[in-house]
Formats: sequence, C-alpha cells, structure tokens
Amino acid sequence: MNSFSYSRPDDVNAAVGEISEQTQAKFIAGGTNLLDLMKENVEHPQHLVDINHLPLGFIDELPEGGLRLGALVTNADTAYHELVQKNYPLLSMAILAGASPQLRNMATNGGNLFQRTRCYYFYDTATACNKREPGSGCGALTGYNRIHAILGTASSGNTPQCIATHPSDMCVALRALDAVVRVSGPNGDRTIPIADFHRLPGDEPERDNTIEPGELVTAIDLPAEHFNTHYTYLKLRDRASYAFALVSVAVALRLDEGGQIAEARIALGGVAHKPWRNPAAEALLTGKAADTTLFRQVAEQLLDGAQGYGNNTFKIELAKRAIVRALDMAYAGSTQAGDAYKQEDIL
Amino acid sequence: MSNYIGKPLSRVDGVAKVTGKAKYAAEFDAPDLTYGYVVSSTITKGRITHIETSEALSLPGVLSVITHENRPKIAWLDMSYKDQDAPPGSPFRPLRDNKISYSGQPIALVVAETFELARYAASLIRVDYREAPHETNLDTNLHRARKPKSGLASLLKPPPPKPRGNFDEVYAASPAKVEGRYSHSPEHHNPMEMFASTVVYEKDGKLTIYDKTQGAQNSQLYVTQAFNMSFSDVRVISPFVGGAFGSGLRPQYQLFLAVMAARELKRSVRVTLTRQQMFTFGHRPATIQNIALGADSNGKINAIYHDAVGETSQFEDYTEIVPTWSPMIYPAENVTLDYKIVPLDVFTPLDMRAPGGVTGVPAIETAIDEMAYELGIDPLELRLINYSDRNMAEDKPFSSKELRECFRQGAERFGWAKRNPKPGSMRDGHNLIGWGMSTGMWEANQMPARAEAVLTVNGKLRVTSATADIGTGTYTIMTQIAADTLGMPMEDVLFKLGDSDMPLAPIEGGSWTAATVGSAVKVVCEELGRKLFKLAQKIPGSPLAKAKWDDVEFVDKHIRLKQNPAAAVSLQQAVDQNGGAAVWQKSTSLPAMMKQKNYSRAAHSAVFVEVMVDEDLGTIRVTRAVSAIAGGKILNPKTARSQIIGGMVWGISKALEEESVMDHTIGRFMNHSLAEYHVPVNADIHDLDVIFVEEHDDIVNPLGVKGLGEIGIVGMPAAIANAVFHATGKRIRELPITLDKIL
Amino acid sequence: MQTTLPKQPVTRPAPRLVPTQPVTLTINGTPHQLQLAPWTSLLDALREYAHLTGTKKGCDHGQCGACTVLVNGKRINSCLTLAVMKEGDDIQTIEGLATGDPANPESLHPMQRAFIEHDAYQCGYCTPGQICSAVGLMNEGHAKSRSDIQELMSGNICRCGAYPHITDAIQEVMQQTPKNA
Repeated sequence: MNSFSYSRPDDVNAAVGEISEQTQAKFIAGGTNLLDLMKENVEHPQHLVDINHLPLGFIDELPEGGLRLGALVTNADTAYHELVQKNYPLLSMAILAGASPQLRNMATNGGNLFQRTRCYYFYDTATACNKREPGSGCGALTGYNRIHAILGTASSGNTPQCIATHPSDMCVALRALDAVVRVSGPNGDRTIPIADFHRLPGDEPERDNTIEPGELVTAIDLPAEHFNTHYTYLKLRDRASYAFALVSVAVALRLDEGGQIAEARIALGGVAHKPWRNPAAEALLTGKAADTTLFRQVAEQLLDGAQGYGNNTFKIELAKRAIVRALDMAYAGSTQAGDAYKQEDIL
Repeated sequence: MSNYIGKPLSRVDGVAKVTGKAKYAAEFDAPDLTYGYVVSSTITKGRITHIETSEALSLPGVLSVITHENRPKIAWLDMSYKDQDAPPGSPFRPLRDNKISYSGQPIALVVAETFELARYAASLIRVDYREAPHETNLDTNLHRARKPKSGLASLLKPPPPKPRGNFDEVYAASPAKVEGRYSHSPEHHNPMEMFASTVVYEKDGKLTIYDKTQGAQNSQLYVTQAFNMSFSDVRVISPFVGGAFGSGLRPQYQLFLAVMAARELKRSVRVTLTRQQMFTFGHRPATIQNIALGADSNGKINAIYHDAVGETSQFEDYTEIVPTWSPMIYPAENVTLDYKIVPLDVFTPLDMRAPGGVTGVPAIETAIDEMAYELGIDPLELRLINYSDRNMAEDKPFSSKELRECFRQGAERFGWAKRNPKPGSMRDGHNLIGWGMSTGMWEANQMPARAEAVLTVNGKLRVTSATADIGTGTYTIMTQIAADTLGMPMEDVLFKLGDSDMPLAPIEGGSWTAATVGSAVKVVCEELGRKLFKLAQKIPGSPLAKAKWDDVEFVDKHIRLKQNPAAAVSLQQAVDQNGGAAVWQKSTSLPAMMKQKNYSRAAHSAVFVEVMVDEDLGTIRVTRAVSAIAGGKILNPKTARSQIIGGMVWGISKALEEESVMDHTIGRFMNHSLAEYHVPVNADIHDLDVIFVEEHDDIVNPLGVKGLGEIGIVGMPAAIANAVFHATGKRIRELPITLDKIL
Repeated sequence: MQTTLPKQPVTRPAPRLVPTQPVTLTINGTPHQLQLAPWTSLLDALREYAHLTGTKKGCDHGQCGACTVLVNGKRINSCLTLAVMKEGDDIQTIEGLATGDPANPESLHPMQRAFIEHDAYQCGYCTPGQICSAVGLMNEGHAKSRSDIQELMSGNICRCGAYPHITDAIQEVMQQTPKNA
C-alpha cells in the first residue's frame, strides 16, 4: 500500500471538488474493496476523500412509489430496512447472500456498485492482467479460470482481452429491478440506468463502468414495480456462505390473475463483466405458465453465445440449471435461498 | 490421587483466550521494535539478474533491504539448516543466492520503523529475472517418479513393506475386482495466525525470539546452527500458537529473515507473513494413487495393489506413508505396494494434519466401498468380513483395537441398519440423500520427553516441558495429569510450555503429545512425590515414618496411608521440611520399547456420514456425521471432542472444499487468499456427533492414551465420497468433490 | 510457455510519505491519542500502536473475521477500515467486553463465559473475533434460529473447526438473554 493523503469533506460539492483537484484521488466509503486492493498494490490512489460524512445516509420513498437508497447506507441497513424487506425482498435477499455480516455492516450501496472483479490474476501483481495493467495480457485466459466469465467477453481481436466477472450480488438484483444510479459530478447531476452503469470489457477491460472522472454516486433509485411476491435470488458457490458466486440468478416475476407470467426479469451474476440480462429470453415467458421445458428454453436463450475457457466451462450448464430452478422457485412463490438445508430450532 | 483425568473440564487457558490476553508470536512488544516485510519472487524458476532497492531505501524510516547480494555471511553446510523435521536433501536457505526455485520464494526483506512503511517500501523494489522453464504439474510428470532417498526421517516414515504373496495371480483369478485412480490437489495448512517471529535483540546480543512454531526447541536449534550461535544466546518462546496443523513442525523462513535482520541492525525485528505468503512454504503434496482389490465371492479380500506418487521439491525428498495403510487395515495375503515421488519446482511439502493417512486411507476406503457394490455386500458388513486384529504391514498384533465396537456403536447411533444400498434411493425434494461410511486409522506413537516439577514453598505446583499447545488442549490435560498424580486441586497447579529453556520435548505433532509429554509429566510428578514422601517421613512424629512408598497415596493435598487415611501429612508440611526451599524434580520419560515393540499401536475410527446433494445443481451438504473413536484413554472428553470435531470439519473441507490450485503455465498457486482457498464456514457444518468407545491399553504408554489430533479427519473424506456415490451413483475419486464434478 | 508479463510497471508518482497526525480513537470507552499516518488500518492501530493485541490479524483482507471489532455496536472487519476514519466512533474490542477484573470469571461477558463452557475454540486465534462477532450478532437481532446463527457467524473462519461449539455457545447466551434486553 502506498502512502496517501486524506480528507473528510462534509458535503457533496466539496467532495466532488476535492476529487477533481487532487491527482489520482479516490473516494472511500466502506473501504472494504478499495483498501483490500491497495494492500495488494492493485490500486494506488495518492489521495483518499472520505465521503462517510456526506448526507447520503437516507432511504426515502419516492412520490411515484419507488424507493431512493442513499449511497452511504450500508448494505446491511439496506437489506434489513423495513421498506426494502417489504417491497424489494429480492434486493434484500441478494445483499444478504453476499460477503459477511461484518462486510455488509461496512460496505455501502454506492461502493457496492464499484466492486472490482475477484479474478485471481487481477489481484496478483506478479501475473498478466489487462484490467490491472492494460496491454499485459490475460493470465486467466490460458490459466486457471474456474470463476471466470462465460458471456460477453468479446473484443475486437480474436481472443478476449479479459474474462473477469463482476462479483456483486446486490447489483444482480438491481439489474433485475431496473434500478437507476444517481450521480453528481463536476458537470452537475445525472442518472444512469443500471443496465448502462457496468460495461463489458471489450477492448478497455480496465474500465468497469461508465462513470466519468470526478463523479460521485449519491443514490440508487428503485422503480415502483416491487416484484415482492414471485422472486428469488439463487446463488451457487463453493461453500454455504462467505464466498463469491460461481453463478447467481435473480428472478422477478409478475403474474397475472390467471397465474400466467405477465412480466419476467432474469439477471445473472458470476457469468460476465456485468450483471447479465437478455430481454429476448425473458420475453419467451410472457403470457406463459410455469413449464420446465419452457424454462429450459429460456435458459438456453440466456446462455446463447456462452463460451467456456476450460475450468469454467461447467458454468454454462450450471447457469442453465440454476435459471430453471430459480424460475421454478420464483413462480411457486417460495423464497428460500440456495441452501435447501435448514434446521428449524427456533430460539 | 484426585480424579481430573477423564472429566470434561474447561480449558485452563480459556480465560486468556476469550479475553484477548493470550499472546501469539507477533504480539510481544520490544523497545524500538522494527518491522520486516518479505518480498516474494514473481517467477517460478530462474535467476535474479538485478534487484533494485534504491527507491525503497530512499524513504526515511526504511532501515535496510536485505537481499542475496548484501546479506551477512551465514552457515555454509546443509547440515546447519536441518531442523528436527527436515526430510533428506538440502534444506531451503532464504537469500542464499540469486537462484529462484519456486514461485513466491522470499528474495528480500525490507526493514523499516513501521509495518506500513516496510510494506510500502517492499512494493518499490524492482527485480529483473532470467527465467528458466519450470515443471509444477504432477500429472504430466509421472514418468519422472522415483524412489525417495532415505534419511533420518525414514525412521518415522518407512517405505512400504515388500510384496507379499502373489498379487497378480490372485487378482487375476478373483471373482470380484475393483480398480481406480484416486487423487487430490495440494492443500495449504492456513492456520488462522499467519507465521510470525518477533526477535528481541537484547543488550548483549542475545536473542529472545517469539516464534510461531510447534517446537520452540526446534526453532532454537535451527537458529543456533544457521547463525552459528550458542544455545545460551538464543531463547525461543511460544506460549500460544494460533493453529498450525503441521505447518509449525519446521521453522519457516520469516524466522530466519527476522533473526538475520535483528543481528544485522542490532535491533528488535518482527516479521509477519501475509496470507498470500502462507502459500509459499510447505503444503500437503498433490498425490495420485492407484488401487486394485480382488475378493472372493464371500467378500474376503485376497489381493491388494496400492501405489502412490506424491510431489516433492527439487531440494528435499518429502515423503508420506500412503499405500501402507491398506495392509494396516485389511489382512489380505497377496499385497503389492509402491510409493514414489516426483521432484517439481515447488517448495518442499510439509506434514499437514494426518499426513499420508488422510491421503492413503480415503483411497482404500473408497475402493472398499466400490468393492461392496461390486459384491452386493453392505459396506459395513464387508469391513467386518475383512476385520483384522493384526497389522499385516508389520505382521504384529495391535496393542488394542476396538474398531469393531466403533462400527457397532457408530452404526447404531447413525441408524445405518435402515440404509437402502441402492444409489439415489433416498431423496427430499431436489436433494438426493446419501449415506456413506469409512474406517479411519492413525498411529499411536510415543517419543522421549522431559519435564520439570517444582512444589513451591507456598504449596503450589509448577510443571514445565518445552512442548506446544496449538489448540489441542496440552495446557489443560497436562494440568489434569499433574494434579491427579500429586492429589492437588487444579487451581494449585500451573503447567507451562513453549519455551526452549524448558526441559526437552519433541516437536508437537503426529498425535503423540498427550502420550509423550503426558508420560513425562506423570513420571516427574511421581518422582517429585517420592521426594515429598521422604521429606514427610522426616517430620518429627510423622505418621508416615514407617510407611513404604506403595503404602501411600496422594489425596487432597496430602500424602496419606491407603489403609488409614487419617495418617496423613500435607504437601505443605512436606515442603516446609525442605529447609525453606522449593522441592524440585526433573525427569525423563522413555517409551517402553521392549513392551511396545511386539505390537502395532494405533487409534481407529468408524465414520458414518449423511450428505444431501442437489440433483440439478450439484451442491453438497454434509447434513450429519457420526465418528466413533477408539483412541485409548480419553483424558478430557471436552477437549477431546473438540479435537475430533475439528478433524471432522477438516475432513469435510478436504472432501468438498479445499485445494490449492496452481496455474501450471506460470507455476504459481493462484487462489492464495482465504476468499478463494475455501475452508468451511460455520454454515457448512451441521450435526457432528462423536462417540468415544471404551478402550483399555496398557502397552501403548503408561497413560493408555493414543492421541486425537489426526484420527478425527482420516475417515471423513471417504465416508463423504461414499455417501455422494450413494446419493448420486457418481463415483468421484478426485478430491475435493466440488459441484462441477457432480453436474 | 509463459504468459506475457507487464513490460513495464504502470507509471506511478515518485515515492512520498504523508506525515503522521494525531488521531484520537475511543477504544473501550477510553480515548487513545495516537500518532498515525492515514494508511494505518484500524486493526494495525489497535495492535501496533495502542498495543491492544486481543484483536487478531488472520488475513488482513476481510476474508477471515479474526479482526472483528464493534464500532458503535456493530461488528466490522477492522483490517478494512482506516483508523483515521473511525475518529469519534465508539470502538469496542475483546479487551472491553469483560467488566472489572478479567481474571475473575464472574466479570466475564456472558458470551466469553459461554465460549469457555462450550469449548468453543481450540487454538484461540479466531476467538476474540468470534466473540465480538457473536455480540454484534445479538446487537443486530436478526438471528431467529440455529441456522440463522450459523449463517450470520459465517464471516468468522475457525480453521480449528470449533463451529458446532461456537454455535452452541451463542445459542445458549441468546436463550438466556431476555428478548427485549
């Protein structure tokens, strides 16, 4: 970790001002990912702007029925917030599937959007990584790539530049919910649909998202559509908790009175550089009732074009099966997580 | 006698552990302490052509960067680097020269006034290398397998016995046959405490070293030899060890580097490894095994073939006992075994919980399950058909073996009788349920050890021995043994360990500490008791004046006649008789070789496991497991249960989760963090049940104990793999069984 | 075969050191004035500067939970926050859980007593983090069942494998604690 200077402004304009004035400055909120990467010498900011004292710790209802999540509300406070649990249980479920209680008590909603990949090569400065050191190559492509992407890895050349995945659980739910990210920057405020916030690696794998220099996420807006009856977040990983997803699936369904699917949203985590959706696949479900064959078709469509690189090839079939299962669960209205084994001793 | 032995007592060091007062190696302070940070090689093999330290040294507060170019002179002979657990070969010497032998090799130590500064300065060091091609893949180098060199270590790890009978012929004629190839990935110990040494540079140049080790005297020996120092100038202290599981059996390189820096700078130095660097020394070697079993139609196994090839480094021949477990468990008449190693560009492997045992036993116990299906015989029944009271690897009877009782009690507790053998016959929704079982076995050794006991003038007993407590409960059981032997309350007994100045004890491993140090504690307390008895007899008008040693017992802080408890002298009175001085005794306990040599001595277990496997998604949960243990006398059922449960958790980890994955293209372990090297979390562990089967053994050692550090893990992996087969019909012979292998 | 390694390191500014500054941390109710540079983590501030070594470093990357402390009653990983960011906060460590003389078992926090009683540790290295985490779990109030405890204690790795006993200890303390306490 290099040495850096530190400041602690208490309003948004001051924070945005400071980040623009300092060279190689970064915002720090929870710090759970940034400090980790600084210790690994992957990130080397010269100045940190501590934004924890900005007034962004709110969760407010929006007039048209949505919910505005302040950027500095912790993941834990968001997941356990009464309105989130009642109206957006999918989001709550996804957040609680991620990290650990300690990390969720630290990590913020804004910071979660900026989580960087867990690719082994990105983290290890002894290896080649186009995301960390553009032009150095991708160690994962020919190396150990069990946790890597199977979708959206194309670049202009023949071989992908980067097969890293986005590690967030929360963002997968946000993608399914069509959240909107609110930012303030040197040129004023703007909103970014979550679909456009994260990006695919293409030829610039060093860029995780579309935020501009100096911009600060101030809030995340959840639209009025709640999806609070037929939803699930299914996360598959190498142990029961405290592990990143191999594959995760967020499903949000709206059923009509006859029990047929009026609208379906399916977002995948752990498979691409950003939470993955495919509107064409979702459309297959419109007007249909639950049907495993149909669900499998949807899964095939969602994984259309998927490519494995050796150790991660199993993810293609795993993702398909996870999609079918998650659709089953969501349709049935059973809200259990991936862990089917539950002991029922009530305290 | 008081009777603490056998009681489920809480640990004597419990308060220290729950209040944060227990101090580990990196937690001892020293005046003007400096901090060292290790720079690790980014290549796997080759030479350093240039190492640029100027930028790091330009920072105020950076005191030194020690590399192979500027290091002080160190011992020249290989012999000087041999610790008590060194395998045959030439031990690794940090900063010896510009040669790189494995990825992550330490190549420099930055010493600075603060930890943060040392860490930063380390990131500024630029290294140029000339790379050479490396080989790290066991699978693609099997053709290079060779017999290991033998050395001192071969005494404890003998090669497999010569073939017996005629395997080929009998196997060919066997009506029932199975064969398979079994493998597992390398694993790293990853104790929670990262390796650290705090070297305190005393005014006279003597060193007091707080080291993370399973043998303070082993670290002391290493430092004195490598740096040509006298024993009186090096004291190693290690009162608490934050887990080790074998990783502390050899001194790790941070010790060498910290000592070197302290002597060079004449200042105290602390070096703590990072979690990533915890993947840059010894590990459980990747091993590939082949097994073939031939049985008659009644299930009697007549032919066993078992070979194993493990990896080692290019500089030392690390070995394990692997195929020998087959004839140790099963009494076949026709047996062929083989064990070889392949030197690769990795660090020398290192004993890791049940080394060799949890490699060989799971393979044979999986093969036995395969044979049970081949024959259509219940797996438990098949094991009973092939039960043996003799260890056929040595052709000796066991000193005790209550495995049959383990099978019986374990099966009953688990409900094994209700098992439908058909794979996939039990389910709960999407979850397939499987039941599997396995035998476990681990040797019960005893080594020589010394201990000292002092009864102070105020009637308190202090007992010391230079052993370690890595979480095993050594502090507690030694206190129990001492208290019982001298009839004292445990509150009046203080057992201390982990100091090279204390009486000699072997490295704390191999499940031998309870037997070894426990025997020494018992002997020293008995001999102290004799001294106290003599003093008690000298008291004017002593009621014990005419008594013989055999007539007295030690009860309630008194020496009294067995026949007449009223005739008693208090221990306080006895020590008062010593002219105002404490009463002191130092003793040695040696294994009773003559008594032991005709017997094979081992702990056994029967393990029963239930798994739930999601039929679509491949996720596996061990929902319950029963381990029935025949481990001799159980000194403290509370700490003993913890050891077994810990072993069972390790078994789950080995079977389902943990592996160090190397990218062979670059020869580097890539999942070098606790986020990506998966060990179980709380939510992975469900119902674990432990049964201690009554087992009496007066041959194994005077206490009748067998040690419990390893037996808990040995049977678990095969029981789980067999349960996965029972659930899914898929036979996975490659550990860990991650979900992709089930899909 | 070799993958392409970085041809040259990314250009970074010349080394420089940001000076230390006084930082006041309130630890277990007592203000500690420390002289720290911004880069000192809360964990290192506790261990190396305040000499409170009860809080453990098991990975330094938020992947094990050994460094768990309570900040304003909530559990966090002290390795992944900067000390300077916690000025003005109420920091509670394992050293602050017992009331009075820690040598007296009666003064121990109920969670500490339960850990001893259930043998919910072996080597003891993860223990302070487990206990602080367990106290945080109770403060947070989201665990309703044994499996909830297990899930919500999964941020604390115990390599010795004491989990069943850890869960037993916590369950017992929760059962003994009045719901509204």
